[in-house]
Amino acid sequence: MNPFIKIIYINWPLQILILATALFGFLMLYSVSGGSWEPWTKPQINRFFISFILIFAMSAISISFWQKISPFCYMLGVALLIAVYFYGDTGMGAKRWLDLRIIKLQPSEAFKISMVMILAYYYHKLPVNKVSHPFYVLVPLLLIIIPAFIVFRQPDLGTALVIIMIGIFVMFIAGVHFGYFLFGGLSFFTLLFILFQSRGTDWQLLKDYHFRRIDTFLDPSADPLGAGYHITQSKIALGSGGLFGRGYMQGSQSQLNFLPEKHTDFIFTTLAEEFGFFGTIGLLIIYSLIVAFCIFSALATTDKYSRLLITGLCMTFFTYFSINIAMVMGLLPVVGIPLPLVSYGGSSMIVIMLSFGLIQSAHVHKNIGF
Amino acid sequence: MSKFKDSTLKSKLIRRVHRRIVLAGLLKASAVALLGWNIRKLQIEDSEDYKLLADANRVNLRLIPPSRGLIFDRSGTPIALNEQNYKVVFIREQAGDPGKVLKRLASIIELETKRQEKILQDMIKRSSFIPITVAENLTWKDFAKISVNLPSLPGIIPEVGLTRHYQEYESYAHIVGYVGPISDKDLESEKPVDPVLQIPKFQIGKVGVEKKLEKHLRGRAGVSKVEVNASGRVMRELNRTQGKSGENIHLTIATNLQKFASERLKGMSASSVLIDIKSGDILSLVSTPSYNPNNFVLGISQSDWNALLNDERKPLLNKATSGAYPPGSTFKMVVAAAALELGLIGLNDKIFCAGFYELGSRKFHCWLKGGHGKLTLQEAIQKSCDVYFYEVARKVGVKRIGDMARRLGLGQAYNLPLTGLSKGFVPTKKWKKERFGTSWLVGDTLNVGIGQGFSLATPLQLAVMTARLASGKEITPNIIKNSNKNEENPKALSIKENTLIAIRKGMFNVLNEKEGTAFNFRTTDENFLIAGKTGTSQVRRITREEREEGVIKNEDLPWKMRDHALFTCFAPYKNPRYALSVVVEHGGSGSKVAAPIARDIMLYQLYGGIPPVTAYPEKQQLEVRNRLMDIEKKINSRNNINKNI
Repeated sequence: MNPFIKIIYINWPLQILILATALFGFLMLYSVSGGSWEPWTKPQINRFFISFILIFAMSAISISFWQKISPFCYMLGVALLIAVYFYGDTGMGAKRWLDLRIIKLQPSEAFKISMVMILAYYYHKLPVNKVSHPFYVLVPLLLIIIPAFIVFRQPDLGTALVIIMIGIFVMFIAGVHFGYFLFGGLSFFTLLFILFQSRGTDWQLLKDYHFRRIDTFLDPSADPLGAGYHITQSKIALGSGGLFGRGYMQGSQSQLNFLPEKHTDFIFTTLAEEFGFFGTIGLLIIYSLIVAFCIFSALATTDKYSRLLITGLCMTFFTYFSINIAMVMGLLPVVGIPLPLVSYGGSSMIVIMLSFGLIQSAHVHKNIGF
Repeated sequence: MSKFKDSTLKSKLIRRVHRRIVLAGLLKASAVALLGWNIRKLQIEDSEDYKLLADANRVNLRLIPPSRGLIFDRSGTPIALNEQNYKVVFIREQAGDPGKVLKRLASIIELETKRQEKILQDMIKRSSFIPITVAENLTWKDFAKISVNLPSLPGIIPEVGLTRHYQEYESYAHIVGYVGPISDKDLESEKPVDPVLQIPKFQIGKVGVEKKLEKHLRGRAGVSKVEVNASGRVMRELNRTQGKSGENIHLTIATNLQKFASERLKGMSASSVLIDIKSGDILSLVSTPSYNPNNFVLGISQSDWNALLNDERKPLLNKATSGAYPPGSTFKMVVAAAALELGLIGLNDKIFCAGFYELGSRKFHCWLKGGHGKLTLQEAIQKSCDVYFYEVARKVGVKRIGDMARRLGLGQAYNLPLTGLSKGFVPTKKWKKERFGTSWLVGDTLNVGIGQGFSLATPLQLAVMTARLASGKEITPNIIKNSNKNEENPKALSIKENTLIAIRKGMFNVLNEKEGTAFNFRTTDENFLIAGKTGTSQVRRITREEREEGVIKNEDLPWKMRDHALFTCFAPYKNPRYALSVVVEHGGSGSKVAAPIARDIMLYQLYGGIPPVTAYPEKQQLEVRNRLMDIEKKINSRNNINKNI
C-alpha cells in the first residue's frame, strides 16, 4: 500500500486530541512566561510540530517492522541507561540526562517505550500456554527489574517505580495468572513496610530526601516554607481557580512566581488557576479520550504485539498525566513527572510522540495479522 | 485433540487479554474519576478558602509610620524634631541563611560579632516575617554601600526612618522628656493596641510631655497594600490609606530664659520655676543637673542608665515638679494670710521674740539666737522671725493653716502634661493619727508654722503660691500654649485686699529694707523692684547639745545633711508680672544661696535678656558682671555647638 494512502487510515480522532492537548500547552506556556513567545512557547511549538509530522511518518511504516526491531530498541534503551550512568549530566544530585548534541535526552523516559516493545515482542513470541509458567514469568520480570534498578541508582526512584508499574501492567494484560499479581502485591507492601522500618538505621534503603519527600507528602503543612512549600502553593493555586478561574494570564500564584517549576511539572496548577474547574476537567476529559481511543484501537487490532504495544504505551501516557495531576494536588509525593504534551520539555515530548507514532502504526496496520 | 485443546486455550487467553484490557480501562476510568473528584473538592468546595490564601500570599499590608508631632517653645523655636535616620532592617523569612547574610553585611558595614548574635537571637524570638532593625543612624556612605550590594543580601531592606532629635537637649530634658523604643510593658498598658505600635522599635513617649501627650503627638499610621511575589519583592502598590502625622505642640516655655536659668543653676542640685502671673504660663521650669534625652531615643546603654540612676543629685528627676521639700520660711506667708483673714492678729499687733518660744518644757528656737525683740507682721516676714510665727500658728491652728495652704495652691498636683508630678503635702491631724497612731501636738503646729515638720511643697507650688499672693487670683499654671483659654480670667482668691497688701509689703521689705533677710540681693532699678521670701529648710534634727555648743555650719556638714535653700519672689513689686521660685537642694541658707539666683533669673526675664549691671547695687556690680558674662559666654558656645550639629 502506498504510504501516503496509509495516512488516511490513521486514528484521526486520536491525532486531533493530541493536537488539542498540545494547544492547551502552548496557551499555558505563553501565560507562565508572562505573555511572551520566549523562552518556552516557541521552542515547544517547533518541537511539537516536528514530532507531529514524525507520527505520520511512523504510522506509514509497517508494525511488523517495529516488532522486528523491538529487541534492538530494548538493547539500545538499556545501553543508554548504562551510558547515562557513566556519562550523564548531573542535575539536582542525580544523573538523568544524556547530552546528544541535538537534544538532551532522558534515557529513562525513552526506555519506557523500548520496554513496552520488548514485552509485547516477548509475549507475541511466547506460546500462549507458557504465559503463566514460572520461568516465563521470571524472564520479563528481569527485563523490567534490571533496567529499573539502574534508573533507581541514578537516583530516580519515581521513574523506576513507574517503569516497574508499566512493565507489570503489560504482563497483566498479556494474561499472566492472577495469582502472581496477588503474590507480587503482597510482597510489595511487605517491602514498603521494611523500607520504612529501615529509616534512621545503618541499613537505610532510601536516601534521606526520599523520606523527607514522603513526610512532606503525608503532611505538607508541617513545613510550609521548606519542603512542603511546593505542594502548599500549588494547592492554593488550584483551589483559588474556582469554577471559572481567574482569567487567562491573571493567576496571581503563577504570575507572581509562587509556583515552583511552573512551566514544567507544575503547569497544571497554572491551568487550574487561570481556567478554573472547567479548564482542568476539560483537560482531564481530553486525556481520558486519548486513553479511550487507544483502548478501542487496541481491542480492534488482531495481533498480540499490537495489542500489548498499544495498551502498554497508553498506560505510559496514562501514568504521566495521572501521576502529575495527583502530584500537584498533593495526592502523591512530588516526583519529577511532566504533564504530557503540556509541560515544557523536549525529552518527554519526543518520548510521548514516539509512542503515539507506534500506536498509530499499529492502528493503521491492524488488519495485517502476522 | 491436542490442537483443539490448544485452540480453545488460545481463544480463552485471547478473551482473557480482552477482558483484562477492558478491566484496566475501567481501573483507569475510576482513577480519572478520583482525580476529577479531588479537583472538584479543591476548586469548587474549598475554593473560597484557597482564594483567601492566594490573596494572603499576594497582598501584604505595610504600615507607614506617621511622623511624630513636633514640639516648639513659645516663640516657635523647635525643641523636639524628627531627623532622617538611615537604617537597615532584616526579614528572616526572606533570607536563606540569616547568619551568612549578616556576615556578608558585616563585611560592608561595621557590625560587631556580639551584635550579630543578638540580632539572630531577636529574630528567633519573633515571627519570621517581622523586620528586625540591624543598624541605625548609618552614614549616607554606608547606606549607599548597602543599597548597591542588596542583591547579595537577601532579607536586608534599607529604610529611611524618622528619629526624634532634641535640640536644646539639656535645658528641656525634664519638660519634654524623651521617646524610646516601645517595650512589651508599654504594649500591655495600651488598649486598644494601635497597630502602629507593632512596628518593631517604634518610638513612643516615655517621660514628660512626650509621654503625657503621646496620643496627640503620635498621629495615625497609614496603610499601604502591596502585591508581593514569592520572594517578598513588592510588585506594585494596590492602594494606600494616608496616615495622619501627629499634632504639633507649643510649650509656654521661653527658650532664652530657660537656657539662662539652666546655666545659672548649673553645678547645683537645684530647680527654678518662673510663671507669668497674668496667664499662668510657665515661662521657665528648670531642674539641674540634667541629662541628654537624645541618648534614650535609640535605647540607652545599661551603663549610662546606671550612671544616671545612681547619681546622688538625681539628674533624671524633675525637681521643679517632682521634688517635694519642707517649704521652710516661705510658708510663713500662708500662716500670715490665714491669721489676717481670720482677724486673729492686727497689722500693728506686736509679738516679742526672745530667740525662743517655750511650750511646756520644750524650747522652740528662732533662727536668730538673741531674738528679734518686738515685731509687727510685716517685720516678722521681713526678718523671717520664727517665734512670731510659732505664736501666730498656735492661734490659727493646723486645720486653718492647711486650708489657706491649699487655697494658695499647695498640697495639690496641677493638670500639667508632665510625669511624676508631686502633690506636695499639707498635714492634718487626722493624717498624723492614721500615719503614726499618735495625736497631733501643739509642737507639730508650731513646726508647721515655720514650714518645717510634715509639710512639703514643690518649687512649682511655691511659684504658684507666690503668683496667687501677688495677683489675688487663683492662678493655675500651664505649660502648653493656649491650653487653658477658658481660664483666661482666673477667679479671685477671695482673700481681703488688705491681707494681700500687707503680705506683699512684708515680702517687699525682705529685699528692700535694711534688715530684710535678702536685702543684699535687692535690685536698684526702680521699675523692677522684687518682693520675695527666703526659706531655709532643715533636713536634719538639731539636738539640744548641738544648739548649746553652737549649730554646726552648713559648710562643715556632708552635702546630704545640709539645709535646702529656698527663695520665692514676684516682680515688679508695683505691677506684678512674674512669680519665681528657686530651690537649691542642700544649698545652705536661702538668703545667701537661693536669693541671688532668683534675682538674676527674674531680672533676665524683666529685661528680656542679660540684665545690665546697673540693676544691681554698686558694690556687687563687678562680681555680677563677671558672673553674667561667664553665663553669656557659655550659652553662646552651646548655641554654636547646636548649630554645628
